[in-house]
Amino acid sequence: MAVEHPPAGPGTLGTSRGDQSRIHDIGYRGYDGPRLGRAYARRSLYSQSLRGAYGLGRSVKSKVLPMLLFAVMCVPAAIMVAVAVATKAHELPLAHAYTRYAIVTQAVISLYVAAQAPQAVSRDLRFKTVPLYFSRPIETADYVRAKFASLASALLILTGAPLLVMYVGSLLAKMGFAHQSEEFAQGLVSVALLSLLFAGIGLVIAAVTPRRGFGIAAVIAVLTISYGAVSTLQAIADAQGSAGAVPWIGLFSPVTLIDGVQSAFFGGRSSFPGGVGPSHGEGAVYVLVVLGLIAACYALLIRRYKKVGL
Amino acid sequence: MIATESLSKRFPRVTALDRLSVDIGPGVTGLVGANGAGKSTLIKILLGLSPASEGRARVLGLDVATEGAAIRERVGYMPEHDCLPPDVSATEFVVHMARMSGLPPTAARERTADTLRHVGLYEERYRPIGGYSTGMKQRVKLAQALVHDPQLVFLDEPTNGLDPVGRDEMLGLIRRIHTDFGISVLVTSHLLGELERTCDHVVVVDGGKLLRSSSTTDFTQTTTTLAIEVTDSDEHPDGTRAVREALHARGVDTHAEGAGLPGAGHILLLTAAGEETYDLVRDVVADLGLGLVRMEQRRHHISEVFTGSDEQRKEAVGHGG
Ligand SMILES: Nc1ncnc2c1ncn2[C@@H]1O[C@H](COP(=O)(O)OP(=O)(O)OP(=O)(O)O)[C@@H](O)[C@H]1O
Ligand SMILES: [Mg+2]
Repeated sequence: MAVEHPPAGPGTLGTSRGDQSRIHDIGYRGYDGPRLGRAYARRSLYSQSLRGAYGLGRSVKSKVLPMLLFAVMCVPAAIMVAVAVATKAHELPLAHAYTRYAIVTQAVISLYVAAQAPQAVSRDLRFKTVPLYFSRPIETADYVRAKFASLASALLILTGAPLLVMYVGSLLAKMGFAHQSEEFAQGLVSVALLSLLFAGIGLVIAAVTPRRGFGIAAVIAVLTISYGAVSTLQAIADAQGSAGAVPWIGLFSPVTLIDGVQSAFFGGRSSFPGGVGPSHGEGAVYVLVVLGLIAACYALLIRRYKKVGL
Repeated sequence: MIATESLSKRFPRVTALDRLSVDIGPGVTGLVGANGAGKSTLIKILLGLSPASEGRARVLGLDVATEGAAIRERVGYMPEHDCLPPDVSATEFVVHMARMSGLPPTAARERTADTLRHVGLYEERYRPIGGYSTGMKQRVKLAQALVHDPQLVFLDEPTNGLDPVGRDEMLGLIRRIHTDFGISVLVTSHLLGELERTCDHVVVVDGGKLLRSSSTTDFTQTTTTLAIEVTDSDEHPDGTRAVREALHARGVDTHAEGAGLPGAGHILLLTAAGEETYDLVRDVVADLGLGLVRMEQRRHHISEVFTGSDEQRKEAVGHGG
């Protein structure tokens, strides 16, 4: 029995065994209470994963990065509000702040996805916990939906919080209510799309790499490096006089996809060369590509987990 | 509890199960077979997670092909491989798994505390699993399979990696799952010997085929052999012979152990029919005024039931003995 208690001191061993065998005698009680089934299990997995995405209910170490990134996202928004209030401005210092904000902070968002997507799925794969889920009533789709929804929600909190800070701030500063509300709503729509897209991409990558380090690197490559590459190509195309190619090149990175959707439909500056986003028609293609990618990520995740099985 | 009808599972390169038909009732059932015999494959099919290539199976009266979710609500599963995240405590982990089985939050916490206690994890349950010994990890794996109070549990090689003491404790625990908790058990092992003590029924598979399915009492009770050794006395210089003749006179056959070997013949073997045999032997020896040096049961091992030539099986038999 000593092998069962490596860290226990030799002095305590004897007594604790005695106590334990006494406790052992308490009879077994069955469970006749309710069994809440799949939907409940899915919700539980969702909330557990969402909390996990901010390190809640986990070690202090796992809270540091997500909380830090959350702060990094919110502080600039708070500063803008403070500046606007102090200067009694009628507009936030950043034009089209609600839609531009996520694009400007894309590196922080990508870093968050890179850190938290592997946390959400690679652990279960690496430690082979997945079979324990699927030996219960929940099924592949329940697991995938719960994980997808939890990371997307975590991202919505990350990207939506600074918008909320700006909105509340702007109202306190008595900026135009209708105008601010409209822009805030537009901002929320685009960060919701961004959250779904980034969560999907992050999870797909993380789900094929049980090694956490690879997952982090691959997510950063796909989200951030692709943005850099696409922006560079757009600039080259623009400089060489083939401006017509610019919107099509923009389809090849997640950040420019979101940028394209919001600049096409919500107006405002784009990060595309010359600050001009796609036209309405091109924007429609952007929307379709974004929705298609989200659906494809979901389908890929389902396929991946069908294979894991037991 | 479990019934399969010519159940087959073929993978592209191997046939893991080959027209297996078994009927398993309540109690503790051992599923024995060498590596690759198809034990884990059978469990996956019974959980409704892997479709059979052919044949049918029912668990708790539910069809594995169509009612997998209902089956999984009522059974527990302990996999053969590691499945525990190292960075959470046993309590946190088992509570989470209880909720995944549909238990409301409060019930999940209560059942976790109870179950961990029943499997023998106490103050250590608040520490991260990463620091546990193999024995403790096996207990956590068992706890997550029992936490929702299933009607039946599938335990895939629960004694894997345990030392002899840990193995005995795990087997004792498995026995209690049925006797104390009222949960039926299907437990796999490639060691025949260890299941003899634990199981009511043993199913042996080899190469995906059913080799034997019988209750352990069947082949242990009918073959219980009694070995006796007595002292000599002045009246009976050959006490063994005197006892043998006295027993013969009462219609009990005996045979000597290791007949033909030097020094043999001091131990008499006889087949015990039940309690009466013990009383008879005691009385006969006392009547002759001899001393009883020993009277012990020679239980035949399940392993003796097999006379296979397969090397792997022999190896398993060797372990079991
Ligand atoms: N997914 C799979 N694809 C292909 N072959 C498989 C698969 N799963 C199992 N097998 C094969 O089926 C056979 C039975 O495997 P199974 O895991 O059921 O054996 P087992 O009795 O559990 O063995 P062990 O004692 O090693 O756990 C083996 O030959 C194995 O290689
Ligand atoms: Mg196996």
